[in-house]
Amino acid sequence: MFNSVMIKMLLKGSVQTLYVSIISSVVAYLIGLPLGILLVTTEKDGLTPVTWLNKFLGVIINLLRSVPFLILVLVVQPFTRLIIGTPLGPKASIVPLVIASAPYIARLVESSIKEIDRGAIEAAQSMGASPFQIIYKVMLPEAKPSLIVGSAIAVTTIVGYSAMTGIVGGGGLGDIAIRYGLYKYQYDVMLITVVLLVIIVQIIQEVGTRMAKNMDKRTR
Amino acid sequence: MSELDPIIKIEDLSKSFTGTTGEVIEVLKDINLEIYRGDIFGIIGMSGAGKSTLVRCINFLEKPDAGKVLFDGKDLSSLSDKELYRVRQSMGMIFQQFNLLMQRTALDNVCFPLEIAGIRKKEAREKARGLLELVGIPDKLQAYPSQLSGGQRQRVAIARALATDPKILLCDEATSALDPSTTRGVLELLSDINQRLGVTIVVITHEMAVVEGICKKVAIIDQHHIAETGYVDEVFSRPKSQAAKRLFYPDDAKINSFVGSRCCRIVFDGSSSFEPVIADMVLKFRTTVNIIFADTQNIGGKAFGQIVIQLPQDNMTAEKMMDYLKSKDLSVEEVKEFV
Ligand SMILES: Nc1ncnc2c1ncn2[C@@H]1O[C@H](COP(=O)(O)OP(=O)(O)OP(=O)(O)O)[C@@H](O)[C@H]1O
Ligand SMILES: [Mg+2]
Repeated sequence: MFNSVMIKMLLKGSVQTLYVSIISSVVAYLIGLPLGILLVTTEKDGLTPVTWLNKFLGVIINLLRSVPFLILVLVVQPFTRLIIGTPLGPKASIVPLVIASAPYIARLVESSIKEIDRGAIEAAQSMGASPFQIIYKVMLPEAKPSLIVGSAIAVTTIVGYSAMTGIVGGGGLGDIAIRYGLYKYQYDVMLITVVLLVIIVQIIQEVGTRMAKNMDKRTR
Repeated sequence: MSELDPIIKIEDLSKSFTGTTGEVIEVLKDINLEIYRGDIFGIIGMSGAGKSTLVRCINFLEKPDAGKVLFDGKDLSSLSDKELYRVRQSMGMIFQQFNLLMQRTALDNVCFPLEIAGIRKKEAREKARGLLELVGIPDKLQAYPSQLSGGQRQRVAIARALATDPKILLCDEATSALDPSTTRGVLELLSDINQRLGVTIVVITHEMAVVEGICKKVAIIDQHHIAETGYVDEVFSRPKSQAAKRLFYPDDAKINSFVGSRCCRIVFDGSSSFEPVIADMVLKFRTTVNIIFADTQNIGGKAFGQIVIQLPQDNMTAEKMMDYLKSKDLSVEEVKEFV
């Protein structure tokens, strides 16, 4: 049964999963990274305190994060159709993936930036750095190793979620697992998709961890 | 703006914080201070006295609740954010914990304030290299802070603070995380920078030895106020305020227990070099004295600190001994008044 057609399909599924995950990650970071920075800077003791905005963002993020992903996929279907044209398929799955992961990424970014020593920021302030300069010359570079670790966590989580979008024909390995495993009782195919997902997650995690370790100058 | 006007003038400055439970924490009250160009000015006080808050008010990292800070004649509260950033570029600051950027090399750390000021990269690197040479670590350009010792890190921080040619250097407990010999090295460097570059230096510390070591003038901060201010040798040999006395005799029980017999306090203010004064005196008068309290150190070959001795019962000899010590250009006083 593992003929070339099946192998081709699994390969295509893997590529599709990667493609959907990467596009979703990029878009989610475009939203989540600035949001995370904003969470830090608008805090009470932050660079540019705006307490109401901070509270507002916090509530929105917590709200989005507490909606179960499968429910989110269904709820945002009308919105997905509006921007992608269809609520089904790999492209369409990017929309709920971004909506679910951007708030998660914002929290990851927030905690990475908060890890850095306040003293370094104070020193930059004493040299007359503007808040903007402090963000891109102190906060981001100093938090870089931690941000990379965070992004490995975020991307692997997105890979996992992308498999769930198989339920709405989201394409990729999750789609294959549901079609063959759930509907056709071909558990061996399902098992292979799971193994492939595990391998993808492992590789991303490993690469992220190593990159972070190699670039971090705090140790050694 | 005359060269003789103070570079920093603080007028009726007050600052308080709101605590976690909403209570008001008064930290500074009606502070008045003038710091003149080229001086090394010490601000000393117990932990929690508000020293860090005061120094952070000088570069407006902390905005005072009331009062003014004039830098080079400019009222800092009248400046826009942008103008304030520019003014801060002419004030360097160093910290107890060094506060270097951990992901940048020593060289790039020193380049940092130049990048902020918009200096071109090549020029910045050139300057940074010269500064790291000036602070005595020309061989550590490419080292990351984690690869440097505490003393070396503070030198990088000093080079960084000097990068934009500041008129003033603010040092908040700059040597408190260092061991005594490293402390001496860093203090000597600061004093050298003051002389060579003419940079005014403000030294915040809780250690008397630091003030004695390099400061010309000192302000004692106590109970939210400036208790006393003046030339170091004057304040040190004739302290007027209770706060100053408390600082100089951290343990006054030691001295109180000798009430009754005549004691005298000898102050070494750095004007004499380390000579065995007491030993010479004992030999000359062939009478022993009791050393009750001693806290002296040798900084750059000069004697700093104080010794309290118990004089012989015989009044004649005691007087003669006092005269002898005075003839050695030491500040000598009986400590009865202290009791
Ligand atoms: N941001 C703040 N919020 C609330 N209280 C503060 C804040 N900053 C300082 N304080 C309080 O102000 C007082 C003075 O603090 P400051 O750091 O100026 O003291 P210090 O003289 O520098 O002490 P140390 O020698 O321990 O560094 C302390 O009681 C401290 O708790
Ligand atoms: Mg302090």
